[in-house]
Amino acid sequence: MAEFTLPKNSQIQAGKHFPAKGAKNVRTFKVYRWTPDDGQNPRTDTYEVDLDTCGPMVLDALLKIKNEIDSTLSLRRSCREGICGSCAMNIAGTNTLACTKAIEDCGSGTVNIYPLPHMPVVKDLVPDLTHFYAQFASIKPWMRTQSPAPADKERLQSPEDRKKLDGLYECILCACCSTSCPSYWWNGDRYLGPAILLQAYRWIVDSRDEDTGARLDDLEDPFKLYRCHTIMNCARTCPKGLNPAKAIAEIKKLIVQRRSA
Amino acid sequence: MNKDLRNPLARARGLGSAKEGVSHWMLQRVTALGLIFLTLWFIGTILSLLHADYATARATLGKPWNAVLLIALIVTMFRHATLGLQVVIEDYVHTRWLEVASLVIIKFIAVLAALTGVLAVLRVALGS
Repeated sequence: MAEFTLPKNSQIQAGKHFPAKGAKNVRTFKVYRWTPDDGQNPRTDTYEVDLDTCGPMVLDALLKIKNEIDSTLSLRRSCREGICGSCAMNIAGTNTLACTKAIEDCGSGTVNIYPLPHMPVVKDLVPDLTHFYAQFASIKPWMRTQSPAPADKERLQSPEDRKKLDGLYECILCACCSTSCPSYWWNGDRYLGPAILLQAYRWIVDSRDEDTGARLDDLEDPFKLYRCHTIMNCARTCPKGLNPAKAIAEIKKLIVQRRSA
Repeated sequence: MNKDLRNPLARARGLGSAKEGVSHWMLQRVTALGLIFLTLWFIGTILSLLHADYATARATLGKPWNAVLLIALIVTMFRHATLGLQVVIEDYVHTRWLEVASLVIIKFIAVLAALTGVLAVLRVALGS
């Protein structure tokens, strides 16, 4: 059965408290901590951060914690401007990018920070995305053609056809959507999930790609595609404002279109 | 996480695509559409039988169109229900033998229940 309760060794325990002495403008962050090295259960450590000496984003607060309060905290980050997708995590109950989420948009009270849900944890806020990336590779996300490449120019695309890629090409594969999807939680081993299906549609709809039929063949599967039950968490959580659920619906429509009703 | 030595891509590709699923998806929607009309008709018919006695109810049900529509409702309803339950079981039951057993059992139950309903309607409609 799908597991709805955490196994004993995953149950989260109370952790340490790091007060901010002498600070006036304090915000409290409760952060998930787990390391594979000490055999302990996960815990949540509480950090008080002085916002007067901190940048505006959640990532600024996390880096301040790591630099000034507790250097044992692990997290991934790179571009700090919402284009690399490294710092995807669950902040104040929603998957998003720490670098583009303002602290003041985290509601009132303590800000809870957890790694992306239902992924194996490498350490602290770092999830293991190996399977997610392998699923991306499995859709062969590159242009597949039958005709030889033009000798002296690119493969051309009309402005109208290029427009069809808007809302798709912006995906940065941060995995916020897939890890927010209950269907992906329960069946992520076989269900491709919203991010990968949006990427699949990005190639299906590309006018220069010539392998649409094979792409649809590969997706038409009760688990790979049809585990999407239009729950819509993906569209709600996407930090780039994209709509993976719509892309999935378009794939389903194309599969219907090529058969007799 | 990755204790086995397979490449992650091998695990992601798994057994490949079943190349089916669209029939299930389509049939679930078509039966849902049918059920909208059939349920409206059914509720209307039941309401028209308020305060009627047994003989009137039996005579109404025995009219050819009513019998046909009621049989259609029974068959469509059980077909739609098995399609829906199948998805629920596939979503949540991950013990393989239990999953297969549940999928088969709900189909058996649905067929028996539908046949029972159809026979009941026929006996009233054909008067035996």
